[in-house]
Amino acid sequence: MPDAPGLELIRGEIEAAHPGAVVDTGFAQERAVLSIDPAHVLAVLGWLREAPGQGYRFLSSLHVADYLPAEPRFAVHYELLNRGRVERIRVKALLEDGSPAATGPAGQRLPEIDSCVSLFPTAEFQEREAFDFFGIVFKGHPDLTRILLPEDYVGWPQRRDFPVGGEPVTFTYNERQYG
Amino acid sequence: MRSRQVRARAMLRGDLEGEELERYVEEKVVMTNFEKMLGWARSNSIFPLTFGLACCAIEAPISIVTARYDLARFGAEALRASPRQADMIILSGRVSIKMAPVVRRLYDQMLEPKWAISMGACSSSGGMFANYAVVQGADKFMPIDLHIPGCPPRPEAVLYGFTKLQRKIQGNPDQGWRTRYDAHGTEEWARGGPRSEPSADAAAAYESARELIGA
Repeated sequence: MPDAPGLELIRGEIEAAHPGAVVDTGFAQERAVLSIDPAHVLAVLGWLREAPGQGYRFLSSLHVADYLPAEPRFAVHYELLNRGRVERIRVKALLEDGSPAATGPAGQRLPEIDSCVSLFPTAEFQEREAFDFFGIVFKGHPDLTRILLPEDYVGWPQRRDFPVGGEPVTFTYNERQYG
Repeated sequence: MRSRQVRARAMLRGDLEGEELERYVEEKVVMTNFEKMLGWARSNSIFPLTFGLACCAIEAPISIVTARYDLARFGAEALRASPRQADMIILSGRVSIKMAPVVRRLYDQMLEPKWAISMGACSSSGGMFANYAVVQGADKFMPIDLHIPGCPPRPEAVLYGFTKLQRKIQGNPDQGWRTRYDAHGTEEWARGGPRSEPSADAAAAYESARELIGA
């Protein structure tokens, strides 16, 4: 894990090559976090992968988090690993809800971000999973379809505003309510 | 004991007559009707489907057929690996919405008469999985004969439920679920034709296959 000055150096070098790419840096859960603008996600990931001295060539995980009351609402997390130095860094692409306009199966506007399958082939299934549960559209993904839920499922169940589901069960203390 | 053996030998020789013969018949012969006999035979040779859905599968098909609980005592030790040969399916665990069509298809492939046991809280009501992924009760998509509560049920509970099912089969020989659910006429036939008549295409394919092998 790069320490704080190291992370600032990385930020500076990315900023020099791609102005406006890095929004914020920080440390969370003992991991260096690079918050970026989703428009520059491929540039940043490519730089971290290819730049001399960086070499984060392994994407150990790609996942999405929904920070619903917060703005921007979504964040796509890329957990990168340099296998030579065993150094990890987290890249967090902050995504507005429904920006820019895209239409999902339910007619709602879906957030969009560039697919990183060209950089990390392992991202193919993980981006499909993220699409499956959060409705994040990865532009340029070879086959962006549902992977775990049935293909005709409607909705994005891991979003925070998705109803939990289930049915009320009648017990003696609430049978008048549901009976 | 000895006298019984002597009596049986005399019976076989044809030496028993009159009151002695009556008593012999009374002792040795059970009078019943065919329906009851059929129900008795069916209930004591149930072929369960080798099938598990989740953690209840450790309790049901695995635990109760092995030596400690031994479903063979109730005549259901022959687990079949094909739904075509099975009489009973135990839904052992939560049914996800993606698995439900598969379970329903397995059930449809079983030959009548057939029975289904919903084992445990999850397959009966969704259990603790009150969420988007799990069917809230398997009886939403297929007929269930018996629900066994528990999370998971003890093997004794499963055995008790199984004997309940046996009693149900014996008590009412007409246990086809289409009768119980008033669902006659809803049969789906694999080859499009009514009953077991093959469609014209299937018959032609059968004939050409016979020609190919030179039969």
